[in-house]
Amino acid sequence: MTRAQRESANGILLTAPSLAVILVIVIVPFLAVIIFAFADLRLIDIPHMTLGNIDWTFDNMRRARESDQFWGALSTTVAYATLTTIGSIGAGVIVALAMRRPFRGRGLIRALLLVPYVLPVIAAATIWRTMLNTQYGVINAIGVEYLGWDGPIGFLNTTSRDVLGVPVPLTLLTVVAFEIWKSAPLAFLFITARLQSVPGDIEEAAALDGATGRQKFTQILLPQLRSVILLLSLLRFIWSFQNFNDIYLLTGGAGGTQVMAIKVYTELITRANIGSAASYGLLMSLILAVLLVIYFVVSKRREEL
Amino acid sequence: MRGSLGGRILRWAVIVIAVALSIGPVLYGVVLSVRPFSSIVNAPLDLFPSFAEMDFSSFATAFRDENDGGFGLGRFIRNSLFLATGAVVISLLASILGAYAAARLRYTGRGVANAIIMSVYLLPGIVLAVPLFVGLSRVGLTGNLIGLLIIYVALTVPVAIYMIRNYFLSMPESVEEAARIDGCSLPVLLWRVVLPIAAPGVAATAIYIFMIAWNEYLYALLFLVQKRDLWTAPLGIAQLTEISVPVTVLLAGSVVVTVPVVVLFFIFQRFLISGLTVGAEK
Repeated sequence: MTRAQRESANGILLTAPSLAVILVIVIVPFLAVIIFAFADLRLIDIPHMTLGNIDWTFDNMRRARESDQFWGALSTTVAYATLTTIGSIGAGVIVALAMRRPFRGRGLIRALLLVPYVLPVIAAATIWRTMLNTQYGVINAIGVEYLGWDGPIGFLNTTSRDVLGVPVPLTLLTVVAFEIWKSAPLAFLFITARLQSVPGDIEEAAALDGATGRQKFTQILLPQLRSVILLLSLLRFIWSFQNFNDIYLLTGGAGGTQVMAIKVYTELITRANIGSAASYGLLMSLILAVLLVIYFVVSKRREEL
Repeated sequence: MRGSLGGRILRWAVIVIAVALSIGPVLYGVVLSVRPFSSIVNAPLDLFPSFAEMDFSSFATAFRDENDGGFGLGRFIRNSLFLATGAVVISLLASILGAYAAARLRYTGRGVANAIIMSVYLLPGIVLAVPLFVGLSRVGLTGNLIGLLIIYVALTVPVAIYMIRNYFLSMPESVEEAARIDGCSLPVLLWRVVLPIAAPGVAATAIYIFMIAWNEYLYALLFLVQKRDLWTAPLGIAQLTEISVPVTVLLAGSVVVTVPVVVLFFIFQRFLISGLTVGAEK
């Protein structure tokens, strides 16, 4: 064997264990989702299901497309992912800029800011559920005692509430706030890392030329941050779009928070309809795939400019 | 460079508010876990308990077994520890090899292998839940920690390969070259030369895998919910929320699952952060 051949054989050998487990747990199951999405399949059919006796059908896809629930879940998911992405990256940028100049104790403060991100989701959800509880939660206690609320507010089960005559999707906004709280630290970290590699002399030169703080931000920092913000937006949108844990642990899907992921779960477990769950899941994946393609086209075009 | 007074005030206001929002809720949870439930209900605004009022019995109650009048948190933690350490060991073994191949070796199919591994990272977990639920039911691996362990390995291998590969790429290749010229075989090279140098990166990856497995909820819910004996810590606490368990016990449980993760994270903070943000720096 030549050296190149040996290297190639070693490469395949070393990658094999990782690929094997991914093949069995990810690739084959994903192909199965595509099959299930076009099959009339219930949970009770599993023990005697084979590839040969599947009832092929377009009903799952057709029913999803025609159902108000699908479009409701999709618009809830898009609203959730969009608001979360804007909120967490906006907060990350603001805090990263505020923390940019060195000061004593900056390392400690940075560590404290990461706590919500590191916290296990079950602990975060338990704490928020307690805070927002209508009987003993601190938020409602403060609201009733000091802010003149008429009574405790059900933050976790109120689909819509009038605020100054405008209907507000209260619980959806609560889960958005929760997600921003948990994910802003990651945006903060990424943006801080990027800010550190912005050369200081450009800004000094701009300051000498009499640029104002706002001009320095929009003309110098923002263009430097644009690609990391674009990447973060894509990742956060994808992660929020498929989020199950955070929403399910807070509300269980109540109060107008039936996002796509929770819909897939209820179709699978509560309604035991595998075909329908798979079709929702497949549509979710397709939407995310389209987003990825758009991202690559946009970032490619930016590189060419 | 000094900012204007207004700018400085604004900057510090942002920092103070951000810190308060970040750790305020966590401190609230910790404080409530050491108060008696009755006093929380009677005085929800009493955020700073007196020493006399402090009550650690929620922790003991949470930990004791159900037969013993407790809620079985000790068992949940043991299950979670088994899954998380198992995932760390198996996933690291596979991903150190895979990452070395990705960083240093030219082999046929390398591009395809890398693309497959990374695409997994973006695939929605809930979508895979459907066929995995069907498949594991078929082969009888639901209600079984081993089935869940295999899933955790698959979920963590892509991230682990990505992190370790980046660490390998940042290492000088010359040491390996020298060892190879001395006639060092690949297994010996990996074990004796590469791993000792890469130890910090591997340790950071190990903690990251541990955190993912320790926090995982969806698959535990899907596969273990019928088997109370096998509940993991996140699943156990979530299930206890459904039945009327005093909130102090739930918060005590939350504190217990949080402590190991936060301690590990802050000990290895530097490595973890550089591992996570490499993508932002190019």
